[in-house]
Amino acid sequence: MTNILKNRLFWPSLILVVMLAVNAFTSNQFITIQDGHLFGSLIDILRGSAPLILVALGMTLVIATGGIDLSVGSVMAISGAVACLLISDLPNQNSLGGVFIAIGAAILVSLVAGLWNGSLVALVGIQPIIATLILMVAGRGLAQLFTEGQIINVQSGPYSALASGFFLTLPIALLIAAAAVGLTVLLTRRTALGLLLESVGGSPTASRLAGIGARRITIMTYVVAGGFAGLAGLIASADIKSADSISAGNLIELDAILAVVIGGTALIGGRFSIIGTVLGAVIIQTLRVTVVAIGIPAEANLLFKSVVVVALCLSQSPDFRAKVFGRFKRPAVQKVGAPA
Amino acid sequence: MTTTDMTPVTKDGGGPLLNKRRRVYKPNSRYIPILATLFLLIVMYSSGVANYRNFEDPSVIVNLFRDNAVLLVVAVGMTFVIITGGIDLSVGAVISLTTILTATLLKAEWPPLVVLPAVLLLGALIGAGQGAVIHYFKVEPFIATLAGLFLARGAALTINDESVPIRDDMWREMSDFRIVLADGVVTKPIAIVAVLTVVVAAAVLAWTRFGRNVYAIGGNADSALLMGLPVGRTKIAVYTLSGFCAALGGVLFSINSTSGWALQGNGMELDAIAACVIGGVLLTGGSGFVWGTVLGVLVTGLIRTIINFQGDLNAAWARIIIGVLLFVFIVMQRLVTRKAK
Repeated sequence: MTNILKNRLFWPSLILVVMLAVNAFTSNQFITIQDGHLFGSLIDILRGSAPLILVALGMTLVIATGGIDLSVGSVMAISGAVACLLISDLPNQNSLGGVFIAIGAAILVSLVAGLWNGSLVALVGIQPIIATLILMVAGRGLAQLFTEGQIINVQSGPYSALASGFFLTLPIALLIAAAAVGLTVLLTRRTALGLLLESVGGSPTASRLAGIGARRITIMTYVVAGGFAGLAGLIASADIKSADSISAGNLIELDAILAVVIGGTALIGGRFSIIGTVLGAVIIQTLRVTVVAIGIPAEANLLFKSVVVVALCLSQSPDFRAKVFGRFKRPAVQKVGAPA
Repeated sequence: MTTTDMTPVTKDGGGPLLNKRRRVYKPNSRYIPILATLFLLIVMYSSGVANYRNFEDPSVIVNLFRDNAVLLVVAVGMTFVIITGGIDLSVGAVISLTTILTATLLKAEWPPLVVLPAVLLLGALIGAGQGAVIHYFKVEPFIATLAGLFLARGAALTINDESVPIRDDMWREMSDFRIVLADGVVTKPIAIVAVLTVVVAAAVLAWTRFGRNVYAIGGNADSALLMGLPVGRTKIAVYTLSGFCAALGGVLFSINSTSGWALQGNGMELDAIAACVIGGVLLTGGSGFVWGTVLGVLVTGLIRTIINFQGDLNAAWARIIIGVLLFVFIVMQRLVTRKAK
């Protein structure tokens, strides 16, 4: 029992369960089956958290190597703009092939954006926060340039299915996020890649001397983060059936970093938890939905969020627990109960 | 940290020839990033003078301080935080909270001489609170101040989510007051306040015991603690200072625009961090100078001035050009620094 209590993810999970319970009581349909697929506020939360999960997943890998990527929001805007631009030029917007080409092009552009970030960090040697700040500022400008400062609307069935479609009773957006998470877990925990990432995060110099291609690995994490951000941008723009270069992915970098930290990944690098990140992302999305569900006015949204963030961070701080709960501890009782 | 010049100090015998070759001006390696920034700033200014009419007018430089007064003040506070190895994301939100609170209180006819210290105190308190959470509960500065950002911005939006005009006489007078520096060169009180803040902060960081403690903690907090330095007090103090500077920036903002708005200063934290880094302050802590940050602010300010002089750019192109200039600048700085080492 004490082991579960001491787990870093215990309190965040508890907070998530409480918020989900609140949702279950306030919404009239928490989870049901309708028209042959799952439906209800739980599914809405999971579907809505797909973009944040993707972005936070890439961010986790970047942070594991001791970096940070501020440009993810701009990459989302670029990817949505590219896809919508290509689709709006199609003679038949519902043609599956055309939509796939548009999606492929958008992902390719996002990967190039990631390569740019990675090269600045690993080859030129610029501090990650500044290297990615460049694309954060300029990238949104590029997206605005692509869309000529306007919002591009698309009427494409296959494209909007990315966000609102269902496959095997589950939302496609959720399946994409789950596949990305599964693949990343497989690659980092079943191969040596995860170890190499943590080693580069621990000390790039020592890793290089030990024969690890530290630069290559660093660049790779930024490319992956760019690709995942691009995918998230596609889902976000498919959700609103348009490309909005100003507000797409705005400030998502902060939410993504928050999700990573709630999940127990240290910002100094060298250690990461993918499952924790997913949990963090779902918590943030649930928080967003819960605030509306329990009727908190929109202006007080951020206040409520800050309270939850503070509670989460304090619950994860060993020093806080020792200082506040330490005085209630009774070691003698624990000793008696422990052997059971 | 210090340059290790291996050249033997020989005054007699076969040495002179060798020494003569080595006697090139080599600045202390601590100053290389700052000198690189200064050099590139001059290059950028000269290219501006070469390309645009009236760019050589001294008011271009004087106006840099006026237009970037808020950023200067905020970035100076940020410099202290970053040198201790921390980061403060809440500054932009504290600016907005300060402007909206100032406007609301003045509208409720509070005396201005009460409002001014009250909002400055509030900024310092928010900073102190963040510092305390970071120090006592070992929460990462990035996250603690992110929560501070949400808190301050949320409070600002709750007070009022619309722009509130300031009609108070003192604020109006401060806003309209002009200081004539020379013929045709005028500036505003907010620029003077910003420059004074810079001078005081630079002196504190360079010459006081507190300043030395800040560097020591950034270098290695554990050894600083073992040396008997007041680590906790200093850490809380730098966040308090940063909060105070942000509140001061907010006051300057409210004077400049004679209004308060909950989205004022949105994204200012990243501008301030960028200014520090461009000015040679390392995000890992332990090194950097207030003067470097000032140069960093001037670089970002000069980029915007060039965009203004260009004039015919739309919002999209302006963003791209800012990004490109930032990129060119940072890569050049990196190359210069690497070569000098």
